[in-house]
Amino acid sequence: MMGNKILLSHGSGGKRSHDLISKMFRSAFDNPLLARMDDSAVLDLNGRVAFTTDSYVVTPIFFPGGDIGKLAVCGTVNDMAMMGAKPLYLSIAFVIEEGLLEDDLRMIVESVRQAALEANVQIVTGDTKVVGQGMADKLFLNTSGVGVIPEGIDISGSNARAGDKVILSGTIGDHAIAVLSRREGLSFSTDLKSDCAPLNHLVSQMLQASANIHSLRDPTRGGLATTLNEIAAQSQVGIRIEENQIPVRREVRAACEMLGFDPLYLANEGKLIAMVTPEDAQRVLAAMRAHELGKDAAIIGEVTDKKPGRVTMTTAIGSHRIVDMLVGDMLPRIC
Amino acid sequence: MKFIDEFRRSDLAQAVSARIQQRSKTPARLMEFCGSHTVAIFKHGIRQMLPPTIDMTSGPGCPVCVTANTDIDKSIALAKIPGVILATFGDMLKVPGSYSSLQEAKAEGADVRVVYSTLDALAIAKENPDRKVVFLGIGFETTTPTIAASVLQAEAEGIRNFSILSQNKVCPPTIRALLDLGEIRLQGLICPGHVSAVIGSHPWDFISREYGIPCVVSGFEPLDILQGIEMLVAQIESGQSKVEIAYRRGVRPEGNRKAIEVIEQVFQPCAASWRGIGIVPGSGLKLRPRYERFDADLAFDIQPGPTREHAGCLCGEILRGVKTPADCRLFGKACTPENPVGPCMVSHEGSCSAHYLYGEDHGE
Ligand code: SF4
Repeated sequence: MMGNKILLSHGSGGKRSHDLISKMFRSAFDNPLLARMDDSAVLDLNGRVAFTTDSYVVTPIFFPGGDIGKLAVCGTVNDMAMMGAKPLYLSIAFVIEEGLLEDDLRMIVESVRQAALEANVQIVTGDTKVVGQGMADKLFLNTSGVGVIPEGIDISGSNARAGDKVILSGTIGDHAIAVLSRREGLSFSTDLKSDCAPLNHLVSQMLQASANIHSLRDPTRGGLATTLNEIAAQSQVGIRIEENQIPVRREVRAACEMLGFDPLYLANEGKLIAMVTPEDAQRVLAAMRAHELGKDAAIIGEVTDKKPGRVTMTTAIGSHRIVDMLVGDMLPRIC
Repeated sequence: MKFIDEFRRSDLAQAVSARIQQRSKTPARLMEFCGSHTVAIFKHGIRQMLPPTIDMTSGPGCPVCVTANTDIDKSIALAKIPGVILATFGDMLKVPGSYSSLQEAKAEGADVRVVYSTLDALAIAKENPDRKVVFLGIGFETTTPTIAASVLQAEAEGIRNFSILSQNKVCPPTIRALLDLGEIRLQGLICPGHVSAVIGSHPWDFISREYGIPCVVSGFEPLDILQGIEMLVAQIESGQSKVEIAYRRGVRPEGNRKAIEVIEQVFQPCAASWRGIGIVPGSGLKLRPRYERFDADLAFDIQPGPTREHAGCLCGEILRGVKTPADCRLFGKACTPENPVGPCMVSHEGSCSAHYLYGEDHGE
């Protein structure tokens, strides 16, 4: 039996839209700010505010370890967390392709709800549009978020300093390979799950351990290599990493061998890198390892004053090479 | 995959490197034929582990790079024929022909589909009985068996709307052509591992016998390559030239009989055009008369028009090993992987892309 499908009239602004919003979204994301159903949510914020937005167009919309809804919440929460902010409120906009199954939408709404709960953020405003078939790929989401940055915290991609240790929170490439394994025409079997997760609690644990975290960033699209290059350029420092120290799951490595990919360039959705003063590095590392999302954390290299803007790597066999940004698409769109 | 770790052990690699440093006295130019070797050499920093006596040169072995403009133009013209679905491996998409690329043809409305295996192309043919699905056959002996198998399967299943445009190539005749040009003097050759897994090591015998050049078939892990270089150095220093295998787990001297048979059943040798090298007799593969009805060359009236080479691009010379990417004025400026001018920058296995992405780091 075919389930109910989203129709263009669900986006008309009429009765169907109201039904969809109240049955599907309002009930799922219920909180006093949303319940007012005014044209905007009115927020009470004190101090410095972090504000970010991102759109999510992943294919397929369901993948091992998550779906587009979880991704949309985690992605935006993480963007705020990487500034040391405490994420508070999210908006979420659904662009739905006509014909999407209501059950699929319901599952995604549920995982948005779950992820928001896990990250301890509230969804306070939203929007729904339904577009004709072929005008979107099943479902696009956009989330914006606001959070507050506690007093005394100054974290930025431009704050890395020579001597800082580079700490990675866990294995790289899990998300990319998990999503890829579900791509049509590219079926290889793996039990791998996406690492998609909100990192704000991990970050707050790290911030408690040290006031000397200079930079934080989650290596999403473009992978670890691209993110390190961004920081090297922003901070005008060199970064040297050790291939042997970078945690990569066997399954990810095997898939990379098979497909000719480099794990350094694979997308992650639940990992972060931190640039921390050498004195505090071990303490931060221990704090990370004490958290579920950082249990495989490792120091993978250090920041140098040589070759500003360059990332270099000691290769597994003890030689060295340059690690550049991702150029072009190594993979089809996966996040 | 259980082999990977032991073929990347730093202590073993350092030991092999030290032995090579010690042993190598005679200046020697070694060529790796295969693009996958080129990438691995750069990615692991192998050049930096070799003594100054050894000069590594990249050869022509990237299937995308060696495809001549005439053939790329032909694929584009074929993709533009109404009713055709062109199925191709993704790496051909961006390669510029004389005037455009498959990617541009696709943007202009041609139905070009990226597939990961020939079976996907067959599936497309089954799903689209009213269209003509052409698989773009590119690659060396490594990919040819699966392409041949797809023809056999199409025949067995009575799929009538499937054909292939064969631009498949075989390697040994081209190495001969390259050596006969006399432009480069080689003291050793790293023979392609995957190709040899299919054809064996015997097809390289002529190189050591007739040209006196030591050959080692090598795998693609850093230790495989280092070991290959060590074996070449040993041959050079002891004045020998023979074909050896440093990749026993993948290659047998006689190759893979079954794979060879399926290639021979479906294909026969023909002349093929190689970028930078020109037409090499016996280096291409076309369908045997018995399978002619799967031959897109015969089934369609393909009109590619006149060809043109890109001004300033040195891919031809680079593929012959007489120039390096650094010699190209466009390298890293007008030509980057984002905005590639020639196939050596487009293909992940191309020399220009490997130089650009993994550039050499000479320490601090
Ligand atoms: S750098 Fe670009 S233009 Fe120059 S040879 Fe390489 S591919 Fe051709």
